[in-house]
Amino acid sequence: MVEGAAPTAKPGINDTATPRPACLQPSSHKPISKRPQAYLRAPHSHSSSRTGNEIRGSRARALPDRALVNCQYSSATFSTGERKRRPHGDRKSCEMGLQLRQTFEAAILTQLHPRSQIDIYVQVLQADGGTYAACVNAATLAVLDAGIPMRDFVCACSAGFVDGTALADLSHVEEAAGGPQLALALLPASGQIALLEMDARLHEDHLEQVLEAAARASRDVHTVLDRVVRQHVQEASVLLGD
Amino acid sequence: MKETPMSNCERRFLLRAIEEKKRLDGRQTYDYRNIKISFGTDYGCCIVELGKTRVLGQVSCELVSPKLNRATEGILFFNLELSQMAAPAFEPGRQSDLLVKLNRLLERCLRNSKCIDTESLCVVAGEKVWQIRVDLHLLNHDGNIIDAASIAAIVALCHFRRPDVSVQGDEVTLYTLEERDPVPLSIHHMPICVSFAFFQQGTYLLVDPSEREERVMDGLLVIAMNKHREICTIQSSGGIMLLKDQVLRCSKIAGVKVVEITELIQKALENDQKVRKEGGKFGFAESMANQRITAFKMEKAPIDTSDVEEKAEEIISEAEPPSEVVSKPVLWTPGTAQIGEGIENSWGHLEDSEKEDEDEGGSDEAVILDGVKMDPGVEVSNIGSQDAPIVLSDSEEEEMIILEPDKNPKKIRTQTVSAAQVRAASKKPVKRRRKKRAAN
Repeated sequence: MVEGAAPTAKPGINDTATPRPACLQPSSHKPISKRPQAYLRAPHSHSSSRTGNEIRGSRARALPDRALVNCQYSSATFSTGERKRRPHGDRKSCEMGLQLRQTFEAAILTQLHPRSQIDIYVQVLQADGGTYAACVNAATLAVLDAGIPMRDFVCACSAGFVDGTALADLSHVEEAAGGPQLALALLPASGQIALLEMDARLHEDHLEQVLEAAARASRDVHTVLDRVVRQHVQEASVLLGD
Repeated sequence: MKETPMSNCERRFLLRAIEEKKRLDGRQTYDYRNIKISFGTDYGCCIVELGKTRVLGQVSCELVSPKLNRATEGILFFNLELSQMAAPAFEPGRQSDLLVKLNRLLERCLRNSKCIDTESLCVVAGEKVWQIRVDLHLLNHDGNIIDAASIAAIVALCHFRRPDVSVQGDEVTLYTLEERDPVPLSIHHMPICVSFAFFQQGTYLLVDPSEREERVMDGLLVIAMNKHREICTIQSSGGIMLLKDQVLRCSKIAGVKVVEITELIQKALENDQKVRKEGGKFGFAESMANQRITAFKMEKAPIDTSDVEEKAEEIISEAEPPSEVVSKPVLWTPGTAQIGEGIENSWGHLEDSEKEDEDEGGSDEAVILDGVKMDPGVEVSNIGSQDAPIVLSDSEEEEMIILEPDKNPKKIRTQTVSAAQVRAASKKPVKRRRKKRAAN
């Protein structure tokens, strides 16, 4: 897998004395095999995702008018600081899978693939905060690479609130500090929120600020993803075309 | 068993009603159903009823060794179970998605928001801490499980008393309930979940959806807040697309609702406290009023009937006129009359009681069936022209002997229902005809 994309400095809203190590580098990918996959390297959170597009999914659950979206989330045992003993099957992984599924069911044009099943497998290789966001971004790239039609890019980012300022894209240390964290998945063109999830206490008055920070960061992610996809398409067409 | 699918008519009806800002139970868009909180005899046991949705919450505690990375904090464990009695669709193997979602939401709402001071649950750092376990059981599902469950959890936690512990040097003494009064948990704040259901791609929203409304909704947004207007959790589910101002508006509504519900909870807790102190009776048995006539009553809902007459006239004028029915009562004996012949027996021939007629009766009956089917309304007048009307034969009835003063009493072999015994009289001419044929 080839990684190559110019790093972009993502504006952390908080530019205090110690600048936050914030830069998002999604890597472009050249699929070696025919299976569409994407590898996303976010600030210390790496996740890889693969889309399996099986036209004949489980017949019992097939829907007559739309495609079924199935998402599986698993994190590698070496992904966190301490070795995790149960990488999948526990409640948190199930929940992540459900949330991813919800996000993509809203974004993929499922009416165009009736009676089929779209599988999205996401594996977190290194987790340093913002795992949900990294998973969503990686899955977007994989779905795009598979050629499955979507309404728009789904870009996600996490945000938090510390000392009166909203922070975008929290790292593990910032998440573990216990402050409020917000994960937002956005369709950038329309500004619609596909998934919104928040933890820990945040006063209502600050909600708008944090939402705005997350939305802005998601749009920045979108510009990077857009550029990467176009570059990849250009390269692929050069190889295939002529 | 699988969930019964909702019919299209019902779905359309509900959506249309929601568009006109009407709900089936007469509530307004932002109204909650009635919340009723009752406590059990033990501390930490409560039942919350949100309309017809019932959740039972029970808190228990145990001394355990703490987690390795959090040696000075107690452990909180939440478990929500969807009991099979809550809805026919809840079966042991089938519920996993919903269960995971609800459990995770509750955990995040109550644990991550740090509503309970876990440091105070520590007895001996690194060795013994309290593990508080909250078990919630859904007893009846009528929509909005998450709100009811969150209320039940927080009420049960507020109500709970744990045994007192004292540490002297190396010695830890755990007092029983008789030795020392149990101690309440230290609760910082009470997070309560408020659910918003979205319809028609986010155009309409309802607070506290009932089960029917949940079936037709596009998606759900759950906001957990406490009365200090701090948001503890936000979770959007169901694949709806939200806009930022919708979320902000919902959070404002949630703030108002949470304040009301928190007041209710405080009042309920105070009442229970008072009753226990005064030595009165408490518990679930007491909270159910005796000597009360329970009736299923719905509030009257005003319906607009101003244009009913016009509509009715339209329908009547466009409809076909009903078919003519001529009723000719036939008096068999004083006290026994017959009007009409009844419809034919659509069960087919249950029992052939007349063995002799079996061969010929079959063809006769076949002809008769067609004839009778053509004009169901004019059977009486056709008695003479047709061969025989169909007689209901009920094999369980005993044989009936009809004594008629003006006719020869003949043993009628067909077993007829008492209401139709007069038909035996009409069968006689048939028999005679058949026998004539047999003779010929």
